[in-house]
Amino acid sequence: MAWFKKSERGLKTPAKRAVPDGLWMRCEFCQEILYRKELERDFWICDRCGFHFRISSAEYVRILLDEGSFSEIDEDLEPLDPLRFKDSKRYPDRLKKYQEQTGLKEAIRTGTGTVERIPIVFAVLEFSFGGGSLGSVMGEKIVRAADLSLATRRPLVILSCSGGARMQEGILSLMQLAKTSVAIGKLAEQAIPFLSIVTHPTTGGVSASFAMQGDLILAEPRALIGFAGPRVIQQTIGQDLPEGFQRSEFLLDHGMVDLIVSRRDLKSLLARVLRYFPYPESPRREEGAAGETERR
Amino acid sequence: MPEVALDFEKPIIELEKRIAELRQIAEQEGLEAGDELRELEKKADHLRKEVFSRLTRWQRVQLARHPLRPYTLDYIDRIMQEFIELHGDRLFADDGAVVGGLATFEGMKIVLIGQQKGRETKEKLARNFGMMHPEGYRKALRLMRLAEKFRLPVVTFIDTPGAYPGIQAEERGQANAIADNILAMTRIRTPMIAVIIGEGGSGGALAIAVTDRVLMMENAIYSVISPEGCAAILWADRAMAEQAAESLRITAPDLQELAIIDVVIPEPLGGAHRDPGAAAESVRTALRAALEELTRIPIDRVLDERASKYLRMGVFHDPGAVSGG
Repeated sequence: MAWFKKSERGLKTPAKRAVPDGLWMRCEFCQEILYRKELERDFWICDRCGFHFRISSAEYVRILLDEGSFSEIDEDLEPLDPLRFKDSKRYPDRLKKYQEQTGLKEAIRTGTGTVERIPIVFAVLEFSFGGGSLGSVMGEKIVRAADLSLATRRPLVILSCSGGARMQEGILSLMQLAKTSVAIGKLAEQAIPFLSIVTHPTTGGVSASFAMQGDLILAEPRALIGFAGPRVIQQTIGQDLPEGFQRSEFLLDHGMVDLIVSRRDLKSLLARVLRYFPYPESPRREEGAAGETERR
Repeated sequence: MPEVALDFEKPIIELEKRIAELRQIAEQEGLEAGDELRELEKKADHLRKEVFSRLTRWQRVQLARHPLRPYTLDYIDRIMQEFIELHGDRLFADDGAVVGGLATFEGMKIVLIGQQKGRETKEKLARNFGMMHPEGYRKALRLMRLAEKFRLPVVTFIDTPGAYPGIQAEERGQANAIADNILAMTRIRTPMIAVIIGEGGSGGALAIAVTDRVLMMENAIYSVISPEGCAAILWADRAMAEQAAESLRITAPDLQELAIIDVVIPEPLGGAHRDPGAAAESVRTALRAALEELTRIPIDRVLDERASKYLRMGVFHDPGAVSGG
């Protein structure tokens, strides 16, 4: 099929560009110098402190989905410039740059695939495209992914990595929080599982919508997760922030995420979890109703 | 009332003061209002119209944040026949940045929820400048559930710089609380109306504004980020806030053009704070019309239309679509 070639081709280029070239790399968390080849082999995890380097959406597809199972949808949806937004640069110029850098039209990939042969609908955000910010296209692609989940009854898995809403789309980007929530609500109504994986960093509009609406919320270790960014909080309260503030472990302590899982184990855990939510072939309403009557 | 005047209000207010003085002198001396007075009044009238007929977006930001602008409780006082305030989220605390309770409006029983700023320093602190914590969002959601259970329409008043960015707010799950509210509001089975009376600060505003109808006062603002915040990020300079306000398009006319809001509520000339009584009457009229219209629609249709309204929002290009995006 045509899409297959396209997505395979699209997958390779950005994977290499997501991380700067060079033989050695510095861990942004513990400052350790690490050998790039080692990192690559070990899921981009710092072997000293366990920090998970940010990786591309293509890399996540490779890590989480069965080989060759990903079939991308809606990859041609393109952002427009409804506000004719201009800051130090024109919005279309920024978009063009992001598109060239990532080989993507927007900061998200969606599609179908399998995890240890369990079929899912998968959406993954691309941080290197404008900080993974949530705009009209991302909103629409999440809705379409959720609709595909509804139609096929496959569980929806969204992997988030985003600084928040896309400012250059103004109020339209804020409205994507409500728009995606409508779609997530429909899945809940039909008891189709929605699993949210949050990675470093997930803040602002994305954390205040679908990233925190999962039936389960799984977090990568040491990821920054929160509503307000740490700098904003620091400026507001005028004091230093406690160590580990807004990191995954902090959220776990405060009861805001279900569990923390290393990228090494993410795929197998996802599969184990998904097996608890077998997706029915026919709509649950009919099945559930029949079952209820029998039991009574 | 304390003397607070925005830069662009000053010439008008000074002129008005002079007129008042002249009139007082004339009255004291038993004189008729002279030509000079009439001239000045004409001039003031002209000036008011000139300034307020072409407000810039940044001027509207300042009006929306005007320290004398009526707040939620001011509107409640003026247009609700009864208000029984209910407190707390039943989980953690009562958030003073949001008030909520049972209210009677034009004979209709409703649940009213509104963000509340403070007027004096002490009250400002108690209200946390209208910036809610998670317990505030959870209080609002609890009250919406109450409304849903007893089929009472929900009316929310929006007036917040944003959700509070603080350590405790994050500890208690600010993002989770907002995400929960937005999700819940897409499905709450009762008619809901939001009225943006001042500042609609991003997710902190949306978390009580996912509603069937959104009314917005003429000089209110509603934005994904504050102009200052946007300027700091995109221009690396907070002083570019005025430019950011222009780019973000955050005024009521802007948002009506973008089909995000339904009704622009007119304000008295000079802004709501120049005549709070008239502003309240204007809100009353618009809210009554919206409530009467909305409560006549069967609830299933209300919910369908709410969902499809939000699903339509967004502008993009879809090469695969027959008619384009």
